[in-house]
Amino acid sequence: MSETSAIELRNISKYFGGKAANKNVSLSINRGEILSILGENGSGKTTLMNMIAGIYFPDEGQIFIDGKEVVIRSPRDAFKYKIGMIHQHFKLVDVFSATENIILGIDKKEKFDHKAAANKVKEISERYGFDIDPMKKIHEMSVSEKQTVEIIKVLYRGADILILDEPTAVLTPQETQKLFNVLRKMRDDGKSIIIITHKLHEVLSLSDKVAVLRKGEYIGTVLTATTDESQLTEMMVGKKVSLNIERGDPKNCEERLVVRNLNCVDREGVKILNNVSFTARSGEILGIAGIAGSGQRELLEAIAGLQKVNEGEIVYNNPKTGESDNLRDKTPMQIRDLGVRLSFVPEDRLGMGLVGNMDIIDNMMLRSYRKGHSVFLERKGPRYLAEKIIKDLEVVTPDAKTPVRRLSGGNIQKILVGREIAASPTVLMAAYPVRGLDIGASYTIYNLLNAQKEKGVAVIFVGEDLDVLIELCDRIIVIGSGSITGTVDARTATKEEIGLLMTKSVEQGGEA
Amino acid sequence: MNKMSFHLVKREPMVWYKNVFVRAIAIIASLIVSAVAITILTGKNPLEVYASMVSGAFGSSLRIWSLVQNVAILLCISLAVTPAFKMKFWNCGAEGQVLIGGLATTAVMMFLGDSLPYPALIVVMLIASMLAGIIWSVIPAFCKALWNTNETLFTLMMNYVAIQSVAFFLKYFVKSGSGVLAPMSEYGLPVLFGQSYLLNIIIVAVLTVLVYIYLKKTKHGYEISVVGESENTAKYIGINVRKVVIRTLVVSGALCGIAGLLLVGGTNHTISTTTVDGRGFTAIMVSWLGKFNPVYMVLTSFLIVFLQRGAGQVSTDFRLPSAISDIVTGIILFFIIGCEFFLQYKIVSTKSGKEND
Amino acid sequence: MLAFIVSSIRLGMAFLFGSTGETITEKSGHLNLGIPGVMCVGASCGCFAEYLYLSEVGPDANYFLAVLIPIIATVIGGAVMGFIFSFLTVTLRANQNVTGLALTTFGVGVSDYMIAETGPVYSKGSRFFTMTFPFAEDLGWFGEIFFSHGILIYLAIIIALVSSYILTKTRVGLNLRSVGENPATADAAGINVSRYRYASTCIGCAIAGLGGLSFIMDYLNGNWEYCIDAIGWLAIALVIFTVWKPSLAIIGSVIFGGLYIASSYITGVSFASKELFKMLPYVVTIVVLVFTSIRDKRENQPPQSLGLSYFREER
Repeated sequence: MSETSAIELRNISKYFGGKAANKNVSLSINRGEILSILGENGSGKTTLMNMIAGIYFPDEGQIFIDGKEVVIRSPRDAFKYKIGMIHQHFKLVDVFSATENIILGIDKKEKFDHKAAANKVKEISERYGFDIDPMKKIHEMSVSEKQTVEIIKVLYRGADILILDEPTAVLTPQETQKLFNVLRKMRDDGKSIIIITHKLHEVLSLSDKVAVLRKGEYIGTVLTATTDESQLTEMMVGKKVSLNIERGDPKNCEERLVVRNLNCVDREGVKILNNVSFTARSGEILGIAGIAGSGQRELLEAIAGLQKVNEGEIVYNNPKTGESDNLRDKTPMQIRDLGVRLSFVPEDRLGMGLVGNMDIIDNMMLRSYRKGHSVFLERKGPRYLAEKIIKDLEVVTPDAKTPVRRLSGGNIQKILVGREIAASPTVLMAAYPVRGLDIGASYTIYNLLNAQKEKGVAVIFVGEDLDVLIELCDRIIVIGSGSITGTVDARTATKEEIGLLMTKSVEQGGEA
Repeated sequence: MNKMSFHLVKREPMVWYKNVFVRAIAIIASLIVSAVAITILTGKNPLEVYASMVSGAFGSSLRIWSLVQNVAILLCISLAVTPAFKMKFWNCGAEGQVLIGGLATTAVMMFLGDSLPYPALIVVMLIASMLAGIIWSVIPAFCKALWNTNETLFTLMMNYVAIQSVAFFLKYFVKSGSGVLAPMSEYGLPVLFGQSYLLNIIIVAVLTVLVYIYLKKTKHGYEISVVGESENTAKYIGINVRKVVIRTLVVSGALCGIAGLLLVGGTNHTISTTTVDGRGFTAIMVSWLGKFNPVYMVLTSFLIVFLQRGAGQVSTDFRLPSAISDIVTGIILFFIIGCEFFLQYKIVSTKSGKEND
Repeated sequence: MLAFIVSSIRLGMAFLFGSTGETITEKSGHLNLGIPGVMCVGASCGCFAEYLYLSEVGPDANYFLAVLIPIIATVIGGAVMGFIFSFLTVTLRANQNVTGLALTTFGVGVSDYMIAETGPVYSKGSRFFTMTFPFAEDLGWFGEIFFSHGILIYLAIIIALVSSYILTKTRVGLNLRSVGENPATADAAGINVSRYRYASTCIGCAIAGLGGLSFIMDYLNGNWEYCIDAIGWLAIALVIFTVWKPSLAIIGSVIFGGLYIASSYITGVSFASKELFKMLPYVVTIVVLVFTSIRDKRENQPPQSLGLSYFREER
């Protein structure tokens, strides 16, 4: 809290709908320093940084730049104080060239000259070692190129304080190393860099100081030189609590779903799944661990018939008929018509799993409305189901006629999981089912998944919290950059072991 | 640091009476503004102006019949565009779809009127008008489904293709120099109980109920809602979005075709390029203001027709140009469109620094 | 043939004003379906002002004022319409399609009302707008095509060229396009999205209004016709036809003008087939619209957030 701090936050709080996203956060960073903001998903890192960048306005607290109190009401104010933020979701105009994006919104004093700007972009790239074509259109660029454009954008404006929101989430290890080198050069150039991350090894290898947030609260700042992984982990997750999830032993395991050599590419032709093979067994919970965005989403969507598969097969062994069906290249309807009882709790709850503006009853119907040959809807069953789920899972809602958009995250998730389980599936896939949920709601979900396992369902659980994965699952496969890099027994595996696989996978993926 | 700042917050849905209250205020405010405008233009007492409006709409049984008939036609077109809008498909082509349906009806009346027995003629008229409307709506739907072609612009263009088709038809087949097709009343829809508009009104009343049921109670209607709310969810539960888009626009086009039938076969017994008279566009507003709910749409279409006919009477009574009715309609629409904002958002003032709750 | 080309140009420039105005508006992400109404209002404001001016000064009218006054009135009329649209869609966040259609209803009403007040003939005023270079006749066909026009024709081309330059080559243009493509990005870059949308819509409407004036005072020699709204829809079509490029629209507008009146100049075309010719601009536009969507080339697509409102707090 010296006066020389480039930027200092004092007791910043921000509330969304009465819920604190940040509470009494204070931190500071000097010139020529890299500060990591460490915290789990949903700990309020991005919200905090958005307040510095002028996207949000703090409800309480003060911001000081070079010891002077400032008010940052808009991104323009932030530029004025030489603050630049590189968002996780790039804010670029697709049809513009790199240079056009970079000069967008710059003050009018400077003469508008596309060529001169392009030259300046080149100059900046060379100084810090970026590799970029200033005239290339954004929609023709790779993710890492786009990120480069974002970084040059803030440098071009002469930003002294750079905020990077999870910059490595989308990068290969080589690209990450390159980025870190660039960031170090910038630090040596006297810039202050704030990097948001939840990856410990990055924190340790890159930053000078680490500030830790947990559930919106500020835990503390430590010097990187004087700390280690276990201290940081403890600060991040709090006291090491045993989750005490009751886990029964798998019973009557049969191979229910066999995935062989699955390959997928995304719209830009980049490989997102690379020779993925695994087996999900009945009566067992299979965990999928990995850094966010490593292909988990595509994998589940490929199984559900929502993602185009380029190679490989997805074989379902039907317990009723004893037959095996290949689900590849089938639509969700065709999969259902085969008698495959596949339930899927997608990551995007309101955008995919549920319809926010519809009430609970109508959301129950999403899965079942086709039943019967009548052209009319049958609402009695769904109403009964809605009321049952509300009662059994203790959903807090005025009534079953409330639009789900108005419920809290945990209650929304209970409704979604409740509905998917109600279809009495033989395979249940759940992507990040406890993300953003409080402890109580999380346990409800764990118990539901365990109950399904008891019933002989093959459960696939994609998670990010390693503690949960280890305590909930029976086996865990680790995925990195679209490849499976290892399978471990959850009962004997350690977090380090899995973490290592996640890292290792990334390296292999990069070379492939 | 104690500057006041204002920001907007999405409000929770209001209870229904507050909802009605805000809308009522909007309508009253718009009436006051219109009255002030008319008074400035004419120097007349606003109350007289209102009285004239009411008499224009309800002054005689003939006027009431005509009012209800116009409500029916407007409502019919609004019902037609509603399924598409609910799906977030901006069908701005009702004008053309109705007109082409009317043209098909006209053609059947002209060429088959003599040769077919009357009941068969009516059936052929119905089928022809629906088919014509469907063709006009499905082409844009098809392009939207396949290539994501912008449907707003496409359907707008189709309107003028329809208008020019009618112009061509009239010039080609009407040999007299006037270019006006003489009414073919003998081939029109049946007249019930001596009331020439009664059948139209009954048909639209039935359609209102049917569309309500279609949207709220059938699987098709449910699929329309899901696609309109979130295409991702639709795919997730295995709805074939393309199929739903095309199917819904078939329904929409068919209903527009029926509106064309009612206009030509049930009302004018002839056609001109201005037969639809902008109702295809007004219907969009009726549907939107009625929240895509057929029951509310009865009210909104009634309101708009009342205003138009009332303002028409004002222009006759006070010797004002008839355009005054369009102006008044425009002003009132602005107010109703604007008041939606106050139903959805509230303005909150915050003192940065301390205050919080 | 020469007369055909000259007429195509005169009619085309009415489209050009409309489409340049609408392009500027659409580049900000506003789909203003009120353009037909805006053109009506623009035309009637201009005519009305000219009527007032001429009845005030009588035969002493001076060319400069007789042209300037209607133009200013038109610009103001158009801008007011643009303001109504922006207020409803930006400040009150109303749906753009619905607002645009209401604006058209309103605009047609306002203009019909004003015309009813003055009577539909403005040939006196029109004289000033069709006045042209004295040397045009001496240059033969070349002069006819390039120098025989009234002031609005040249104004249309100048505005289109300037707009094209501003949109593609200046900072303001860059900012404006970013607002229409991706308002969240523009906002994050410190661009005031609302201000750009207001400004572009008001300016766009002012320019489009001139199209109405040009149609009446130049092309129709001051004889009011109640079909300006049809011209307005064609102007919107022209925006698509020329894939949101005002410079292309200069050529495109003449083509549209030509298609619209071709029937009158081709011998042997029946009275009825003329109506089919008038259909051509729309059909051609549809073909362009479908074709560009099939090719899916990013540069030729409508601005990405066209027709969508932007609200920052809504994440």
